[in-house]
Amino acid sequence: MSIPGTGSPDGDRPRVFIVDDHGLFRSGVRSELGDEVEVVGEAEDVEPAIEQIARLLPDVVLLDVHLPGGGGHLVVTAIKAAHPQVRFLALSASDAPEDVIAVIRAGARGYVTKTISGADLVDAVRRVAVGDTVFSPRLAGFVLDAFAAVGPEGGGRPSFDPELDQLTPREREVLRLIARGYTYREIARELYISVKTVESHVSSVLRKLQLSTRHQLTRWATERRLT
Amino acid sequence: MTKRSGRASRWRAPGGNGGGWGGWEDTGVVQPPDNGQASHHHFTGFGPGRWARGPRSSGPLRRAREDRLAGGVAAGLAARTGLDVTVVRILFVLATLLTGGSAAAAYVLAWLLVPALGQDGTIASAALTDMRGIALAAALGSILVIALLIASAFGAGWFGSLAWPMVISLAGIVLIWRNAPADEQATMRRLAEPLLGMAEGSSRPASRLVLRASIAAALLAAGLATLFTGHATRLLRPVGGVALVIAAIVVLLGPWWLRIARDLVVERQARVRAEERADMAARVHDSVLQTLALIQRRADDPQKVIQLARAQERELRSWLFGGRAPGSLDGQAVTLAAGVRLIQQEVEAQHGVAIEAVTVGDCDLDDDLRTLLAAAREATVNAVKWSGADVVSLFAEVEPAAVSVFVRDRGRGFDPSAVPDDRKGLAESVHARMTRHGGSAIVRSVQGEGTEVSLTMPRAAGERQPSRA
Repeated sequence: MSIPGTGSPDGDRPRVFIVDDHGLFRSGVRSELGDEVEVVGEAEDVEPAIEQIARLLPDVVLLDVHLPGGGGHLVVTAIKAAHPQVRFLALSASDAPEDVIAVIRAGARGYVTKTISGADLVDAVRRVAVGDTVFSPRLAGFVLDAFAAVGPEGGGRPSFDPELDQLTPREREVLRLIARGYTYREIARELYISVKTVESHVSSVLRKLQLSTRHQLTRWATERRLT
Repeated sequence: MTKRSGRASRWRAPGGNGGGWGGWEDTGVVQPPDNGQASHHHFTGFGPGRWARGPRSSGPLRRAREDRLAGGVAAGLAARTGLDVTVVRILFVLATLLTGGSAAAAYVLAWLLVPALGQDGTIASAALTDMRGIALAAALGSILVIALLIASAFGAGWFGSLAWPMVISLAGIVLIWRNAPADEQATMRRLAEPLLGMAEGSSRPASRLVLRASIAAALLAAGLATLFTGHATRLLRPVGGVALVIAAIVVLLGPWWLRIARDLVVERQARVRAEERADMAARVHDSVLQTLALIQRRADDPQKVIQLARAQERELRSWLFGGRAPGSLDGQAVTLAAGVRLIQQEVEAQHGVAIEAVTVGDCDLDDDLRTLLAAAREATVNAVKWSGADVVSLFAEVEPAAVSVFVRDRGRGFDPSAVPDDRKGLAESVHARMTRHGGSAIVRSVQGEGTEVSLTMPRAAGERQPSRA
């Protein structure tokens, strides 16, 4: 997967904090990020992570979705309230959609899988640092699934805010192409729109994902048949 | 789907492959003719119900190549009008009896002048160059004309109404016999054989034949006598006569008709076997040939070769003795998402290239969807082997009406029309396999930018329950 940078290459190295319970993985990420970013610290559990992030205030937190002391979303929730400028990028080997959606709903700006290449990871970090979103194919799939599950015919109870509870056809189209492995640039070319427009569609999806109060959306992952 | 500016080309089926895909390149996405509810069985359906409430095909009249007794005119008409083919045949026989044979002549003319399904030329156009055939037809025709003159001289004027259709039919059949394609000649030979056999007494018990022939002759004589002698009530005469003539024909030709019907069944079975063979060839290609190709590429790594050979042996054994086809997902995955996951795991393990698999929605697998997955697996393996990309995206989406799978790599890409015919990967395994089950396959590739294979399989009508829990 490669996601081309759309953020401003301002030369500044983003300050990055790594939260993961596997030491081996943390050092792996450290070496892959190399000199492109400044790794200011790392933690292996929820409590120390919250304490150190609040102290160091990094630009980007690379956050494992699964942590021994609870899900990664606890870290996001705790930091977001006091330090909204700290941005989170979820990083996981896990397939469990409910964990991923939980972290995104808590406020993470994106989600990538641990199979991502070093260069792509650096790129993703840069983009989150300037406020852009990073949707991996898998996250796009999860989101399509989540919204489809509560789609027009599926609901059951009336929608509280249809604006927030449904994706527009265009957003759906963009997500589908992301899931098919297209980069933002390729999506723009495919749909005859600008990369900036693609980015705004994705941001809008992220906003809906975070703000929708729809009951089904929060419970979707656990109700979903996971075989 | 929106086309993007790059080269969007689609797979061209090799020439020898089924023969029926002529229109595929210019029509874009290949889709089976819209056949309403039964669309996913269109290409395999040849049961008796095929034309019954069948679709009315559009376009010009064509003679059918399947389901034909003689020239396929009735089956072609049935396909064109949506009537049952048996109904068309009965109507035709009645018309022949009522018009004194003109309908039979019309049939022969249609056979001559209407092209067979999937062909451009008519038999008549081929016959134009067959001077000897024309001479023969003219000679036979003139003999009949002489017979007609003699008959009228003896006062048998009724013969006149039969003679012209007979002249036309006979001449036409001579031309067809000499100029029809090989498969139609075979059909004619099969039709003519029992008649010749009867004339020569052949291998069948002669006594039964004589008995049948004499009964038929008696019935025929009685029927003709009833028809052409001028007494009895005017209303009953033709009806009774026709009934007697029909009875004579049934006695004489009944056993032969039965044999033709039996032959048709045998032919159908042969076709089913041919399709099974094609499926098996595709599967052997997916498994055994792929593994052999891999072994050649990894010849310098004995450990890897042993591992591949062992895996293949296991797979082949379980197919031969356990009924699970290699490369298929029977018995392992029951849902689409599980099947996609299985493809991801197997291909990653076998080829060491990462597969980024994403599934939206899920549903239980049926035969069509297993075919879709097998095609997806093949496309994935292809991408892994030839693209040179280090990650391949595999995206499957279940929608109410269809299931789509996209296999995308950002590798070297290729020109689909330039792949040689003997490389069966995409042609047989992906495209032919999809169309056999009513789906479609599109390959888009840009040299230097990568390839995307889009596979779509319509879902069976009965299974469109909401699939997302």
